[in-house]
Amino acid sequence: MSLLFDAVLCLLLLLGALGVVATGAARPAVIAFIGYGLLLGLAWVRLDAVDVALTEIAIGSGISGVVLLHCVRALPAPPRAPAAHPMLRPLAAAIAVAIAAALALAVLALPEPAPTRAADVAAALPATDLGNPVTGVLLVFRALDTLLEKVVLFLSLVGVWALSRDPACRGRPAPLSPEPAPAPSAFLARVLAPIGVLVGLYLLWAGADHPGGAFQSGAVLAAMGLLLVMGDQIRVPAAGNRSLRLLMLAGPFGFLAVGFAGWATAGVFLGYPPGAEKAVIIAVEVAITLSIAVTLALIVLGPPADEGRS
Amino acid sequence: MSALLVLAVTAPLLGLVPLFLLGPRTGERAALAMLAVNLAVTAGIAEQVAQGGRAPGYFVGGFAPPLGVGLRADGFSAAMMLMAALVLLLTGLFAMTGPGDMTRKVKARGSAGRPATFFILLLSLACALNLAFLAQDLFTLYVALELLTFAAVPLVCLEGKAGQLSAALTYLLFALFGSVLYLLGVVLVYGLFGTLDIAHLAGLLAQGTGGATAAAALALMSAGLMAKAALFPLHLWLPPAHSGAPPAASAVLSAVVIKAPLFLLVRLWSDLAPLPLTQVAGPIFAVCGAAAIVFCGVVALAQERLKLLIAYSTAAQIGYLCLMFPLAASDDGQWSALAWTGGTLHLVSHALSKAAMFLAAGLIAETMGHDRLSGLSGVGRLAPVSVAAFGLGGLSLMGLPPSGGFVAKVMLLTSALQQGSWWIATVVLAGGLLAGGYVLRVVVIALQHPDAGLPEARECRWRALIALALAFGAMLVGFMPLAPLPFLDIGRPLSWEGLLP
Repeated sequence: MSLLFDAVLCLLLLLGALGVVATGAARPAVIAFIGYGLLLGLAWVRLDAVDVALTEIAIGSGISGVVLLHCVRALPAPPRAPAAHPMLRPLAAAIAVAIAAALALAVLALPEPAPTRAADVAAALPATDLGNPVTGVLLVFRALDTLLEKVVLFLSLVGVWALSRDPACRGRPAPLSPEPAPAPSAFLARVLAPIGVLVGLYLLWAGADHPGGAFQSGAVLAAMGLLLVMGDQIRVPAAGNRSLRLLMLAGPFGFLAVGFAGWATAGVFLGYPPGAEKAVIIAVEVAITLSIAVTLALIVLGPPADEGRS
Repeated sequence: MSALLVLAVTAPLLGLVPLFLLGPRTGERAALAMLAVNLAVTAGIAEQVAQGGRAPGYFVGGFAPPLGVGLRADGFSAAMMLMAALVLLLTGLFAMTGPGDMTRKVKARGSAGRPATFFILLLSLACALNLAFLAQDLFTLYVALELLTFAAVPLVCLEGKAGQLSAALTYLLFALFGSVLYLLGVVLVYGLFGTLDIAHLAGLLAQGTGGATAAAALALMSAGLMAKAALFPLHLWLPPAHSGAPPAASAVLSAVVIKAPLFLLVRLWSDLAPLPLTQVAGPIFAVCGAAAIVFCGVVALAQERLKLLIAYSTAAQIGYLCLMFPLAASDDGQWSALAWTGGTLHLVSHALSKAAMFLAAGLIAETMGHDRLSGLSGVGRLAPVSVAAFGLGGLSLMGLPPSGGFVAKVMLLTSALQQGSWWIATVVLAGGLLAGGYVLRVVVIALQHPDAGLPEARECRWRALIALALAFGAMLVGFMPLAPLPFLDIGRPLSWEGLLP
């Protein structure tokens, strides 16, 4: 039974990927991409990687999908491009298939059972008082990578804001839709947002011991914030707002501060105070979640408008 | 464990807080202060390496690799970090709001009128570069490359012009394509060995495990790095991106940003890959490098705009480092060490001279109001210091004494001749001639009698002096002895010996 399910899933994944590439227009391609991301999330669940599945669905399909849809709508109708060389597409397809086949061969040649660090992680995990090994790797053993990935996220927002006409980036981003929200959207935002926020907070809280964590939770919270904006329940905040900016910095720099404090408490950078590891780790996760939620939502909303014009 | 290594990665980030929360002037001063701290920290690391004669390391969080992540500074990374910190500080000073900028409307302000964004990106570059030079874990290096990409791409489009946006988008696509290829390689490596620590991997690979899959993983990672370093034939994004950016941004992009993926290519093939595999791959890189030197050199000769000319020259000069691969991987210890030193010195002197040339070109364009070569005759009278900085920087590109480029090319040439690689020697010489062609063309035009009345403008003198200082730095590298530098060999081959319990 599960074999049949997996076979159908693989087939659908291939069809979904083909759909993204084959549709000529931008909007159907984006919608196919969102569907493809959801199927990919299912595939990760089948591989017992629930953390990856949650992240794929929330970020890869959800937030990226909204950004892409927003872009498609903002784009003017594409000018009639001169027809590409008739051999170009078959050639690109042939190269892609060849690379995929080579990768498949390389993956099949990997040793079985796969060498892994899972045993090391499992041995070192009890000292951190965490139950979810993924959280252990992200926030303890490879904390430096996670810390700097948060800086990457911050930089991507700086990059989006650099496109603003206002050099100081103080204004409000343009609303997602120029018209007032229709009544169903407002209703949906009022009903769904509280539930969604609860789900987001649960993912954060559960992340220490079960699948879930800061990134998944931040993405859900960001989506709820966007839903409220689209339903006209809250106003888009101004980019120059001091508390908004503090929230954006809280994650990466709170984490960095904990890292420096590690020198005093544990004698090593990014070490956690012995005995209070779990409490500090959860505090870091809360700060990271807030920053991720705010930053992701602001990335979707786009560069702030010029204050002089709005 | 050396805490300086952690400070090298984290200290630049501390400057982001005042930049993001306080006004641009306060933030700018804080950013420059952090860039100065960064230079001091990297100098301290270099001093530790030289004094101790071995590579200092640090286990982040106290977890030793392969479970945790390690930082390590050998002689090669210390030299690169010092060079990058110097260039970043000087371009930061060039871009700061100086006396006169507030009253006089300065068009070619280094930071393009967005000091806060510019300095946020500059500090993030400092963090990304130091991480790329220090990290010993393939995934941490991926994070460094992501930081580098996301800090470098917005630099291209700070002014928001249509041409800059499309150049930035092309750059982003190439860079992300490179990230995906690199990450695919990393996944294969983890699947093969269950570790990403370079020192451990080097040991495993040297025993001959991995076979064709390991080679495929290295090839994927290298292709990704080549796209990010704009190595021929993946250089197409570089000229529009580097020539369209504001001057200070062009300087850091050309001088230091593309050096990080090049450094990692060297790391992969000289520290990670087993020697027999490097001897197979070396000539492939050398052919790409030779094609870059010849092809991009010829295209640079045909350019009509000054900044595009310099950008094509960057795409050409990257090739010299790739000529080093087969030479440094030979079994002949003495001559391969000479090629190794020559390649590194070329990276350093090219960074200094190219930063000087882009800054000088920015000032020349500001003085004249354009950078079309046909209209630049006589600009030497209006911008004498800038033209001098351009010429001195060009000296190093041509490989004339006394300059870092001369020493580097002599070393590569000697090593090539001693090892019988005639074609590499020929390419080194031909590249020097091509560089001479395009640099002298600009200098001759600048020193000509002006065709028409020159505009009523003067170069910004203190900024021109910064460019000149960078050009002098490139010349100072030329006073190195013509022998393998022992400093660069400190800490090789990679190991965690002395740190692991």
